[in-house]
Amino acid sequence: MEKKVKTAEKGARGIRIKGRFVEAEKPAVYKKNAYKKLLKSKPCGFHRVVIDKLNVRAGATTILENVSLSIACGALTVIIGKNGAGKSTLIKSILGEIPYEGLIEFRDLKDNTIGNLKVGYVPQHLNMEKNAPVSVYDLVAAYTSRVPVFLHKSKKLYEEIKERLQVFDGASLIDKQVGDLSGGELQRVLLTIACTPVPNLLILDEPVSGIDRNGRKLFYKILNDLKQQYDLSIILVSHDLELTAEYADSVVLLDRTVLKEGEAKEVMGSEEFKEVFGYAAF
Amino acid sequence: MQLFEFLNYDFMKNALLAVLIITPLFGMLGTLIVNHRMAFFSDALGHSAFTGMAIGVLFGIGNTSVSMMLFAVVFALLLNYIRHKNIVSSDTVISVFSSLSVAVGLAILSRNGNFSKYSALLVGDILSITGKEIIGLLVILVITVVFWCVAYNGLHSIGINQSLAKSKGIPVALLDNAFVVLVALIVMLSIRWVGILIINALLILPAAAARNIASNNREYHLFSVMISVFSGVLGLIMSYYLNVAAGPMLVLVASVIFFITFLARRLFHV
Repeated sequence: MEKKVKTAEKGARGIRIKGRFVEAEKPAVYKKNAYKKLLKSKPCGFHRVVIDKLNVRAGATTILENVSLSIACGALTVIIGKNGAGKSTLIKSILGEIPYEGLIEFRDLKDNTIGNLKVGYVPQHLNMEKNAPVSVYDLVAAYTSRVPVFLHKSKKLYEEIKERLQVFDGASLIDKQVGDLSGGELQRVLLTIACTPVPNLLILDEPVSGIDRNGRKLFYKILNDLKQQYDLSIILVSHDLELTAEYADSVVLLDRTVLKEGEAKEVMGSEEFKEVFGYAAF
Repeated sequence: MQLFEFLNYDFMKNALLAVLIITPLFGMLGTLIVNHRMAFFSDALGHSAFTGMAIGVLFGIGNTSVSMMLFAVVFALLLNYIRHKNIVSSDTVISVFSSLSVAVGLAILSRNGNFSKYSALLVGDILSITGKEIIGLLVILVITVVFWCVAYNGLHSIGINQSLAKSKGIPVALLDNAFVVLVALIVMLSIRWVGILIINALLILPAAAARNIASNNREYHLFSVMISVFSGVLGLIMSYYLNVAAGPMLVLVASVIFFITFLARRLFHV
């Protein structure tokens, strides 16, 4: 038994919890065997995504200034703020799409090592018209595998994707055309893509419209399950303050910099919140 | 058989072979060009053939295909760079560059009233293709199929959401640039046979028609290639019997198919 653990340790990155080796995230897409079942490992409590003194400039304008955050695994951190507060810019910097100053890293507090930050991303919308000839299988397979989707449908991959979709209750969607999905269904498909393989940090950009209240509530519930069952941190850019108050572990009020950070009640009852949104929620 | 009487001529045999290679190639390429909304981009690219040829003539390069390809690759990379800068509306900028390259090309080629020498480039002449050139096209087809097998998933993903593609470790800039370079090379290598004025129609129409009736990527490619080949062969045969240039006939057939699929979608899909 001991030996097995050792060999596993050699080939893979991961941490040891109570003597048991827990493998870190699966290797990124483009590699073979990216389709193991979603690796279930409860949040360990030692992983942190740390953002330190982040500055983003576009020409002479400062879009983000001195943003520092520490996001724990197993926690749902919700970012709120007015339009133009820099929420999308923050996401883009974490995704590495725009140049920034400062630090974004993935820390393991247990042995104080810095790991490779694997980010899963759920975008606000897709650049696709309604009749685009793309099935859910095509969408997921193209993002997560090398089997060319224009050529043939791999049976094995099809079953794997179906299984992954089922984690978010979406197995029945696999043959649908993406344009025919409802907003909520699309969100679950995108979650499947973001969680293949399981990331350290899941970033979600909630659509402003297109999903009704029940759909949104279901989505927050799914996130709630996700953070309890998997070892990952979640950042959600939200436009629904009510659901934020109900589900967020921590709320960040952003307006060029972090105005206020803490529990939902604390942030939403603050002076800063009142100043930005014009009223106090609590 | 009467219908295939045209095959008694060697130039028609060659033309048919060329059509059987070019049309599936264009059917394939078109799928991603339409996905990426690059119809205008590829149009501008086609127009740059004038400048490429003019540069070749100016510098006395014997084989103007070389200068055309070189210029097209540079032009494509430049346009692609502009397309991704969101500063100015990119269609306006592409239009400016397209007009500029046409003007430069025409100005140089029309010196001393010599333009008629090059006007064949406008409509193309598939009947003049030689066996050697057909083999060249076949090589390109094979290269494209291999490229598609390796890069299609990534390119498809980039077209749908670039940030998501990037978060999945897909090499966005590399694939995107490789794709436009491939399009540039293919357009330049086939423009003599197809013609500047209609090459874009051949790239866009089959894919656009396929899009009307396909519900997934396999169907999209299959239909696009089938429509492209069918339009090519039927267009060529019709051009022979009606004594019309082959290129325009081919585009006419493809256009009719586009409208049929468009109606089919409205009637059966909604």
